[in-house]
Amino acid sequence: MSEITPEIVEAHGLNLEEYDRVLAAMGREPNLLELGIFSVMWSEHCSYKSSRFYLKQLPTEAPWVICGPGENAGVIDIGDNQAAIFKMESHNHPSYIEPYQGAATGVGGILRDVFTMGARPIANLNALRFGRPEHPKMQHLVKGVVAGIGGYGNCVGVPTVGGETNFDPAYDGNILVNAMTVGVADQDKIFYSAATGVGNPIVYVGSKTGRDGIHGATMASADFDDDSDAKRPTVQVGDPFTEKLLIEACLELMATDAIVAIQDMGAAGLTSSSVEMATNGKVGIRLDMNKVPCREDGMTPYEMMLSESQERMLMVLKPGKEAMAEAIFHKWELDFAVIGEVTEGGHMVLEFGGEVVCDIPLGPLAEDAPEYQRPYATKDEYQAWAQVKPLGEIPESTDIGADLLKLMASPALASRRWIAEQYDSQVGADTLQTGGDAAVVRVHGTRKALAMTTDCTPRYCYADPYEGGKQAVAEAYRNLCAVGARPLAITNCLNFANPQRPEIMAQFVGCLEGMGDACRALDFPIVSGNVSLYNESKATGGGSAILPTPAIGGVGIIEDYSAMMRPRMTPNMELFCVGKATSNLGQSIWLKVVHGRTEGSPPATDLAEARKTGEFIRTLIAEGEASAVHDVSDGGILVALAEMALASDTGIKLGRVQDAGYWFAEHQGCYIVACADNSLLSLAAQAGIPCEHLGSAQTDAEITADGWNVSLTDLREAHESFFRDWMEG
Amino acid sequence: MAFRAAVITFPGSNCDRDMAVAVEQASGTAPIRVWHGDAELPERLDFIALPGGFSYGDYLRSGAMAARSPIMRAVIAAAERGVPVLGVCNGFQVLTESGLLPGALMRNAAQNFICRTAALKVENNQTLFTRGYDAGQTIHIPIAHHDGNYFADEDTLDRLEGDGRVAFRYAEPCNGSRRDIAGILNRAGNVLGMMPHPERAMEAEQGGSDGRALFASIVEAALITA
Repeated sequence: MSEITPEIVEAHGLNLEEYDRVLAAMGREPNLLELGIFSVMWSEHCSYKSSRFYLKQLPTEAPWVICGPGENAGVIDIGDNQAAIFKMESHNHPSYIEPYQGAATGVGGILRDVFTMGARPIANLNALRFGRPEHPKMQHLVKGVVAGIGGYGNCVGVPTVGGETNFDPAYDGNILVNAMTVGVADQDKIFYSAATGVGNPIVYVGSKTGRDGIHGATMASADFDDDSDAKRPTVQVGDPFTEKLLIEACLELMATDAIVAIQDMGAAGLTSSSVEMATNGKVGIRLDMNKVPCREDGMTPYEMMLSESQERMLMVLKPGKEAMAEAIFHKWELDFAVIGEVTEGGHMVLEFGGEVVCDIPLGPLAEDAPEYQRPYATKDEYQAWAQVKPLGEIPESTDIGADLLKLMASPALASRRWIAEQYDSQVGADTLQTGGDAAVVRVHGTRKALAMTTDCTPRYCYADPYEGGKQAVAEAYRNLCAVGARPLAITNCLNFANPQRPEIMAQFVGCLEGMGDACRALDFPIVSGNVSLYNESKATGGGSAILPTPAIGGVGIIEDYSAMMRPRMTPNMELFCVGKATSNLGQSIWLKVVHGRTEGSPPATDLAEARKTGEFIRTLIAEGEASAVHDVSDGGILVALAEMALASDTGIKLGRVQDAGYWFAEHQGCYIVACADNSLLSLAAQAGIPCEHLGSAQTDAEITADGWNVSLTDLREAHESFFRDWMEG
Repeated sequence: MAFRAAVITFPGSNCDRDMAVAVEQASGTAPIRVWHGDAELPERLDFIALPGGFSYGDYLRSGAMAARSPIMRAVIAAAERGVPVLGVCNGFQVLTESGLLPGALMRNAAQNFICRTAALKVENNQTLFTRGYDAGQTIHIPIAHHDGNYFADEDTLDRLEGDGRVAFRYAEPCNGSRRDIAGILNRAGNVLGMMPHPERAMEAEQGGSDGRALFASIVEAALITA
């Protein structure tokens, strides 16, 4: 009588064709434990089976890239034998089910990916997408996610310095929580995951294993349905206090020469960590499940292997280093157990109660993993399906000032202060800038600083996946240039709906094409990333896919932070728009907020211009020609000016009369620059860069134009009112 | 004589490095780092700092478990001998939990964690910690806490005010603290607990350097005593 029925296979998220591959890989029928291991390793979350083919086409190399995708996080050279290590990861489904713990453990997981490699985490960022504010669950979700991110990040002592938040009905039943961590390590103290050295001990450290999070990776790879509450037990519970101890203990051990390889237990816990370590090192592994530290009695090997309990790591040590390592972990009051060894032969063998309970050939587990090139809709088919209306006749604005106030008060552009103030952004005492175009944190004890940003405009990605993918990368590039940083590399977090639908696959393929082209044009490679598919929910009534959301996390370097730029100006400075402005109001927030219309193509990004303008801006900053810089993005030029006015508490007197098309089009590739005088006009002309004088900063606390004016008091009230009224009203 | 300071690290402290950096910037000498499990402090200390963070995860109550750790017995003894002790944020919570300072720090009135730069009024500049400030001066220091809502009964508050033991007050209400108290002293004036983080305000690049005078005052006081 077979133990494995078709129902059991289906419950493990494998289809029958995939189960046949399991049979071929094993050469026999698997037992339940072995099936469980295959199911998590071949889940979308761990195997990237629908995305791998396309990810391979992204540019991942540059002279400053030390380690690209494939390890726990990407590694880049930042000079002086130091490296920046960073990655962004999703924790979407858990955060919808249980927002506080889902978001908290998302932060915990990405921190571990970074310190696993030897880096001390120096900053966290997060990219959040929520549904309509008026959705009955949304206030609860926003409060829970923000409290969870803060609760974890604040406690571990890593400053949360930046990120972005969007609202759109497409996320009503499936919010997105993407967390990014940036760390710094010495280049000769970077740790990788490949297990080597037959006979070397395999060591488990951190928290004990419990029954929480079993099958989390499989859940993350399935559509959502109405019984999401019933899935709450699959959400892990985070303990940032233990994580803080784990960071300190790991970094203390890493300062010695005891570690051969190390890997955190993230999604699919002990299974994925042990399989990946052995597979990367082309060795076998033997684990004694009786030695796994467990939180409760009577746990089965199946539960131990599939648990996603948090704050755990797996290491391979050099022989004879066990006692020294154990002393460090005991000092930090953490569990430490030798649970197995590296073996020859390429098998994963698990023993329990003296018997072999699992014996899987690792080669086939990795090599035979399914890889799909799923069918995708053509551009025309996609456009027909997406039903993006062409841009219709646009009425001229009757009151630019009133439009500005409406925009600044809209959920899309309102101040995020309510969120930002719940995060400790200053711990470490190295944070130099938050709330500007990019966050800036100095590398401790040096003159260097890292600039970081997260960017994506999902409504552009929906209307035109290729342009949207390009724009996300180009905006990250611009944000880094605007603070005076040299853009180095990006991480991505690719959130999409069900890839088995050709239209969704068209979004994925299109966004990646655009992203790849932008990375190549801007010399801005992708060094790490994460894919989150099946982000759609029937909870809101029928197959509603999220907007395609390929979130980008960009990192750049400022060689001497005394040259860092801010969007802060003082009265009498001259204001310019640098870069090519267009007047395409398609997909603009103005069209949506003022006229309630979502139409047209998103503004196109000219990558050659983006690079040229970015380099010009960086030169201006380096040579002290610019006093304040701010990127133009959501909302357009006038919104960028208003943000500068608020950040500086300084009014603006605008010059030439412009129409809504100029003020509110979301030009891709423009910066607002404030200067002491008008010499920028000739500098830009020499460089062949468009530059327009907009007006000047003034002592009167208002934005003044011919025919309208808005006081900073009204502007600030508009900007602050949305979150205040929603959360505290 | 070099300035001898100790910075205590509890499991979960996360501003210990920042505190050590600030002490070194002000005194020119790196402080001694002391582990919570140690039973004794180094000898001849000029200054002891209890840093911010989440000692023991803030489980039970903020600062409650740290207040009962082995090293705190030595810190209490040193404070009684007159060694200057500064507790910032979680360090302030440890000081109230250990009985070195009166009152308690409750959850912020709005229930949320708050991180921002707060304007503080220097209420008493006649202390070893605040002599570098002018009386009534407004300074800007970052705050970052969930449990910073200072509470004490009315009699205690009157006594603190009457004895000049309110060192700093928030310039405007921020976390629900009684009488907007941000920092208080013990009766002898050698123990200061405060929620704001002066160690995060040492350089202009950090957004302001108003915290520097506090550390400079402590170092100067040690020189005068020596």
